[in-house]
Amino acid sequence: MSQRRIQSHPILEPLPDGTVDFTFDGQSLKARPGEMIASALFASGISIFGHHHRDGGPQGIFCANGQCSQCTVLADGRAVKSCMVAIQPGMEVASAQGNPPLPADDQVKSLHRPPDVEVDVLIIGGGPAGLSAAVELGKVGIDVLIVDDKPELGGKLTLQTHGFFGSVADCWAGTRGIDIGHLLTDALDDLPGIQVWTDTTAVGIFWDGKVGVATPGGYKLVTPKNVLIAMGAREKSLAFPGADLPGIYGAGAFQTLVNRDLIGASKKLFILGGGNVGLIGGYHALQAGIDVVGLVEGLPECGGYKVHEDKLKRFGVPIWTSHTVVKAWGENHLEKVTIAQVDERFAPIAGTEKTFEADTLLIAVGLASVDEILIKAREYGLNVYAAGDSEEVAEASAAIFSGRIIGRKMARDLGVPVDIPEHWEPLAEVLRSKPGEVEAWEIPRGGERVYPVIRCVQEIPCNPCSEACPENLIEMEGIMGLPRYTEGCLGCGNCVTLCPGLAINLVCEDYDPEKKTALLMLPFEYSDDMIPLRGDVKTVDFDGDIIGEGKVIAVRERPDQDRRRLLMVEVPFEERLKVAGFTIRGPSVPVEPLLPDDDDPVVCRCERVRKSEIVKEIRAGVKDINQLKALARPGMGGCGGKTCTELVYRIFREEGVVLDDITPGTNRPLVAEIPLGAFAHKEDGDAD
Amino acid sequence: MPTKTYDAIVVGGGSVGVPSAYNLALRGLKILVLDRRSAVGQGDNKTAIGGIRATHSDPAKIVLCSRSLAQMSTWKETHGIDVGWKTGGYAFPIYDEPLEKTLRGLFPIQHKYDLEIDWVDADGMAELIPGIERKGLRGGTYSPNDGQLSPLKVPVAFQRAAMELGAEFRFNEKVIGYNIDGKKIRGVRTDKGSYEAPMVIVATGSDARQDGEFLGIDIPVQPDSHEAGITAPVKRFLEPLVVDMRPGPDGKTVNFYFGQNDEGQIIFCYTPKDLFIGDNRESLSEFLPILAARMISLIPRMRHLLVRRVWRGCYPMTPDGIPIIDNVPQIEGLTLAVGMCGQGFMLGPGVGQEVASLAVDGKTSLPQEAHDRICWGRDFSKAGTEALK
Repeated sequence: MSQRRIQSHPILEPLPDGTVDFTFDGQSLKARPGEMIASALFASGISIFGHHHRDGGPQGIFCANGQCSQCTVLADGRAVKSCMVAIQPGMEVASAQGNPPLPADDQVKSLHRPPDVEVDVLIIGGGPAGLSAAVELGKVGIDVLIVDDKPELGGKLTLQTHGFFGSVADCWAGTRGIDIGHLLTDALDDLPGIQVWTDTTAVGIFWDGKVGVATPGGYKLVTPKNVLIAMGAREKSLAFPGADLPGIYGAGAFQTLVNRDLIGASKKLFILGGGNVGLIGGYHALQAGIDVVGLVEGLPECGGYKVHEDKLKRFGVPIWTSHTVVKAWGENHLEKVTIAQVDERFAPIAGTEKTFEADTLLIAVGLASVDEILIKAREYGLNVYAAGDSEEVAEASAAIFSGRIIGRKMARDLGVPVDIPEHWEPLAEVLRSKPGEVEAWEIPRGGERVYPVIRCVQEIPCNPCSEACPENLIEMEGIMGLPRYTEGCLGCGNCVTLCPGLAINLVCEDYDPEKKTALLMLPFEYSDDMIPLRGDVKTVDFDGDIIGEGKVIAVRERPDQDRRRLLMVEVPFEERLKVAGFTIRGPSVPVEPLLPDDDDPVVCRCERVRKSEIVKEIRAGVKDINQLKALARPGMGGCGGKTCTELVYRIFREEGVVLDDITPGTNRPLVAEIPLGAFAHKEDGDAD
Repeated sequence: MPTKTYDAIVVGGGSVGVPSAYNLALRGLKILVLDRRSAVGQGDNKTAIGGIRATHSDPAKIVLCSRSLAQMSTWKETHGIDVGWKTGGYAFPIYDEPLEKTLRGLFPIQHKYDLEIDWVDADGMAELIPGIERKGLRGGTYSPNDGQLSPLKVPVAFQRAAMELGAEFRFNEKVIGYNIDGKKIRGVRTDKGSYEAPMVIVATGSDARQDGEFLGIDIPVQPDSHEAGITAPVKRFLEPLVVDMRPGPDGKTVNFYFGQNDEGQIIFCYTPKDLFIGDNRESLSEFLPILAARMISLIPRMRHLLVRRVWRGCYPMTPDGIPIIDNVPQIEGLTLAVGMCGQGFMLGPGVGQEVASLAVDGKTSLPQEAHDRICWGRDFSKAGTEALK
């Protein structure tokens, strides 16, 4: 069976096809060594992993991050989250049809009391914030234990193929996220006091101050003198009819499949949400050769960086603002997405619906801190710190920086006198800041032999271009300021290579002595097979609108360009300042307009609770989330209400219940389900 | 503050208070229920694991729980509302002779009250409890008419039935005092208002001692906390609620028990060897390792269950481990239904009926030997007289 793996990627090395035999519902398949079950199934074109015990609803991937349990399958008879468990040779995987049977495995294994481990510092989460803090602590000789639930450290950095924003001097701006992840991880090698437990999930903090962690070798109780919560963020969701169909999942899940595992997870992608997560998800899809049919954003403007939005627009991806998804259609899997314009109260406007074919819909409607353990640790009065998204959701560059600062603060609190440079706190604030207003773009005057055209009109924390210019010709005020080119460009193209937003190109005015054409140097980060060398291309302006035609003359590809190609495109001289790029895809064509019906959306995915069931209880007078959970069961499933709680609050609001009248739910351990055997055996209950 | 008048006020909207309100409303009384929390059943009711058995050794508990079973096993048919009822019985697997003797010794009193409970041999026990450790298994007792209910659904079922009969519920109101006129109760004061009634029922679980202070009587109830947990659901494989009476090899536990609820989840709990006094409801790290070792020793296949959540709740303990359900002679109109000692959920529906009888008819509805066990003013120093707790 041919595998749906990405063979050509501009940034990532292709991975070999699977060699490890396993079966799914009796069908023989192959996985790559160490590949997660979910990814191996996706690579074989399988995206329906079972059917829910409550209503038979099809189940598949949702978070791909161990946070939910929608991807549950049976692996050698045991129910597991397929996104978190690697395929073993010969593994028999079965779809989870209804509640899984308890395997009749009566083998007696020796019992074992979980060991107690005492540490000076426990860091939960080995992403940008946790690693940065660990490095600071390790450098001053403080012993640290990092636990992370994934096989590799780096957190979401491992999924970020794009160049980062921020400050070059302080947080590797211009370097790709995946490479920053490696830099941070490698830095640990020189720090002997740092111990790392990967594949280790912190499942709860208890009143006696111990943190329960599930390791591949069994459950352990860690007593930290200090604990840093750097558990990142999880994705929010929306409830619209059909939102529970397989094929609809978080942008993070998509990036995991595509960028970590190089799975061709989709052919036609639609995106809900125009923040950075959605915009970058779209870019990553295009890089992987996946078509992006469109993106909708409920607000009148996308909330993400304009430079990210512009990349999609230039490619030809339509972006509809003041629009939302009103319905997802499909028998067992997503087939079509209907969008509609919304009014100022975000209510869809009848008659504005448009329907498109798509096999995958990314939900990218914001992030929420993973803070359950943090809240409990604070409640218990422990020495607890937080960094990165667990503290405040922001860009990864901000997480790196907040981790670094917290690491040094912890060192100080532990009695090691370390310096915290004065500019760090203000910089951390800047890195967390939201993008500024979009300002009017001043068309450059031209006239030099060669010069850059900078399409950066929104204040964001970013400075690689000014650092890149060997002649210091790009000026900016602080890292938030807009870059301004002065004069005297030598044409090296460093700024084109390094701008994380791909918002700079060079214009060579003297390419054609008669000044009929000019040559543009455009950044390009898609697959080589998309480069129309010596072919005509449809050029587009800043907004992605078609201007005319150009011709790709040459490609500059050098190791110091870090996998970014520079395309030399010949365009009519009078269009040289307008052309921002060229479009690659044709327009998205709506299909038969289906009018949304009054379907009842699933709000709680784990327990398959529909909106009407929640509304019924609210109308019966329920105002206590605990009682609502008791009666209608939203939040009673495997994830513990991590995704649906906010949606439930939204329904309360729609029903006219004010926030102050609602009693919040109680959060209790565990934050992730683990086998009972883990608490009593050395291994996690494996039969091996 | 405005004063409203009722026929009876029930203080406490939990396992005992809500069924009491329902039974009082059934008598045609105008009822007010007050609770300091935000909804019914949000105190220790929801921390119950939901087992309900009549097969006790104490006559009062036998009769009250028999009445609970009679009401709740047919609730769906009579009221049209699902309360998570599952008839699976209770099974007590036995591995040693003294325990066998103890349990067999209870048959006479249990049979006297017409309970269906008998000894099942080891094969029968293994059939009831798939995968149970056979080594040393002597058999055990099995009572098929006992079962399980959802502690999450039952209080709301009673609340809604009571409201249909006109009962009022006020939440987020903390009782700050009782109005007593001479020897008669007149009403209840809360942080938000004052309510009059000639009858007041105190059903405040772990908080009862505080109410006693307001009332000028000593209600000997103190909270003792226990932990419990629940797994992800699996296909139904276990019918009875299982109680393993042996003390744990951990040295920290007495018995432990578990069952599969109507959702397919395994819900479990153990009884600590030493009381854990106080109303702290936060989970401790020792619970799951101890519980897991016990559960897996009994049924090895259980190691594959996925643990979902743990919690801790309070047993409102009396000195003798027996509830106090009685009128208080020195204060006319005052009925106590407190100190359920961890069995409030299973006793509650039966207690509700008894409360209505005590408050409205002024007399117990129980056989005398049963009433004597739970009466107010008994000698609490005779602790530990119950053979099967």
